[in-house]
Amino acid sequence: MRHLTYYQAVREALWQALEADPRVFLLGEDIATYGGVYKVTEGLLERFGPDRVIDTPISENAIIGAATGAAIAGMRPIAEIQFADFIASGFDPLVNMTSTIHYRWGQPVPMVLRAPAGATWASAGPFHSQSMEAWFAQIPGLKVVMPATPADAKGLLTAAIRDPNPVIVLEQKYLYRRMTGPVPEGEHVVPIGEAQVAREGRDATIVAWGTMAFKSLQAAEILAAEGIDVEVVDLRSIVPWDRETVLASVAKTGRVAVVYEAHRTAGFGAEVAATIAEEAFQALDAPILRLAGLDTPIPAHPVLEAEYLPDEHKVVEAVRGLVGF
Amino acid sequence: MSLTDEHRRQLYYYMRLSRAVEDAAWALNNQGRMVGRLYTGHGQEAIPVGAAYALEPEDVIAPMYRDMGAHLVRGVDPVEVFAQFMGKRDSSNMGKDSGLHIGDMSRGIVGMISVLPDSLPVALGVALAFKIRKEPRVALTTFGDGSTSTGAFHEAVNMAAVLQVPLVLVCENNGWALSTPNAREYAAANLVDKAVGYGIPGRHVDGNDVEAVHAAVSEAAALARAGGGPTLIECRTMRMRGHSNIDPADYVPPEMLAEWAERDPIHRYRARIEAAGLWDAEREAGLEAELQERIDQAIHQAEAMPEPEPEDVHVGVFAE
Repeated sequence: MRHLTYYQAVREALWQALEADPRVFLLGEDIATYGGVYKVTEGLLERFGPDRVIDTPISENAIIGAATGAAIAGMRPIAEIQFADFIASGFDPLVNMTSTIHYRWGQPVPMVLRAPAGATWASAGPFHSQSMEAWFAQIPGLKVVMPATPADAKGLLTAAIRDPNPVIVLEQKYLYRRMTGPVPEGEHVVPIGEAQVAREGRDATIVAWGTMAFKSLQAAEILAAEGIDVEVVDLRSIVPWDRETVLASVAKTGRVAVVYEAHRTAGFGAEVAATIAEEAFQALDAPILRLAGLDTPIPAHPVLEAEYLPDEHKVVEAVRGLVGF
Repeated sequence: MSLTDEHRRQLYYYMRLSRAVEDAAWALNNQGRMVGRLYTGHGQEAIPVGAAYALEPEDVIAPMYRDMGAHLVRGVDPVEVFAQFMGKRDSSNMGKDSGLHIGDMSRGIVGMISVLPDSLPVALGVALAFKIRKEPRVALTTFGDGSTSTGAFHEAVNMAAVLQVPLVLVCENNGWALSTPNAREYAAANLVDKAVGYGIPGRHVDGNDVEAVHAAVSEAAALARAGGGPTLIECRTMRMRGHSNIDPADYVPPEMLAEWAERDPIHRYRARIEAAGLWDAEREAGLEAELQERIDQAIHQAEAMPEPEPEDVHVGVFAE
């Protein structure tokens, strides 16, 4: 199978959706003429024209609200928020209007909100580094996915575009140009809500998502050299999330680390850990371990940023402790 | 569109029906027969009725809680209104939301939320869909003076202007955002002056004159339909009751209420159509009886509808 980098896989999903469905259009800041700050949407304006690839003013509230309105009027809008951190500027329509429409009056809202999220290990600082999946996981009516591979970036985005609900796709900007992998050329759909066992193992389970799934696989290689056989479950979808796959892995290994990049307190990993404690307590041979970002803003200086972020070495250290418990 | 005699009688009818439904709802709410509070458009009926009447059936409105008349013009039956107000299982919101948050895209009605200015960007998106599909349709949204102070208003009006979407922006300036008067809401001489800053046409209209509202909206809708982009229409009116039915509104100067009572849109319009020979005491008596019967029946029908079941709480978070 041919290989694509992560951002190319995102672009291919957008391209194919625009080709296949006249209801699909894109809107966002600097996405048309400029091709997006990460060049994900480069070339789409030239191919699909200004009615379907729309540059907007700097107005996150209006972008999210307009995507909602276009969705209920029969379109399939894909809104890009330039950095996921900026969704905060459009939080109100998202959590009060968009997410409640179907529950309150039965009208589907088939829209996608794409945004580059997460830290870069390149000093992006407090306002271009956040992982905010837990914000949205608290809002009934929103689906949230965080692809960790190029194939999933294409497949989950395609699923999101076809979903009759608002879906937030938190693309991992660390992986945009760092990760290359096999991606099916034609239609490729990864069902929302299905985790993937990215690596099978016997000794312990790591549950991770987004860039942390990538880092956890790196850690698993290091640990394998030490004779520790780790299973990595890439959650892929945050809402809804795949409890069955996680619990089956925990039942198999008896030891589990939950690794996430967001702030530790009340992060989504806390939900995963609590569910494991509720549902699989008898299977556990060691306390559930959480490895997450610190409860601080995400600092810019590389020394400070490295201290904030979990990485493969911290994962290795944590799993050694877990296995040795 | 120019108004025929029959149109004029209909405008009067819808304003009367709107007030009759709200008056009945006021009593129901005080008797504890509704879910949630009641927010009425008493005294500003000319705006939603005139605005909605100026639209085509395929157009879409995103109205607010004081726009009973807009819902009625779009074909919402009083039974549906009372069922909604009572939170009945088969009402628009199925008991999951309350108030005039009725939504039904098959009749071109976007269901509002309590964060009122959110209707602005959503209506912008509806209009954007029309523009992309090159359909000769317009979206219209209404909002109060208070909404114009929010970021959502600014972003939506600005983007609508930049993208030149077919959107009609109707501000119902009733002088009060809960207890906050205009002077604490904006410093411009007139709210409509903001249109200049967005580079769009602005119209200042007597919001208690249903034909003036109708004419301004008709003109703005025609412009939008022809590709001329959005128009901001400020309809000046007065909130004649409290913010909700539990707000005594003792912060409103009595002389202000007295002054505006003289300009009641329904009384004014009745005098006007009577002077034009389109209405008389006999028709009025007939209408009064008809409304009374229709409202009584509607309440009776709505009250007989089933309540939600506890398990309904789980239904509908996501579309299948």
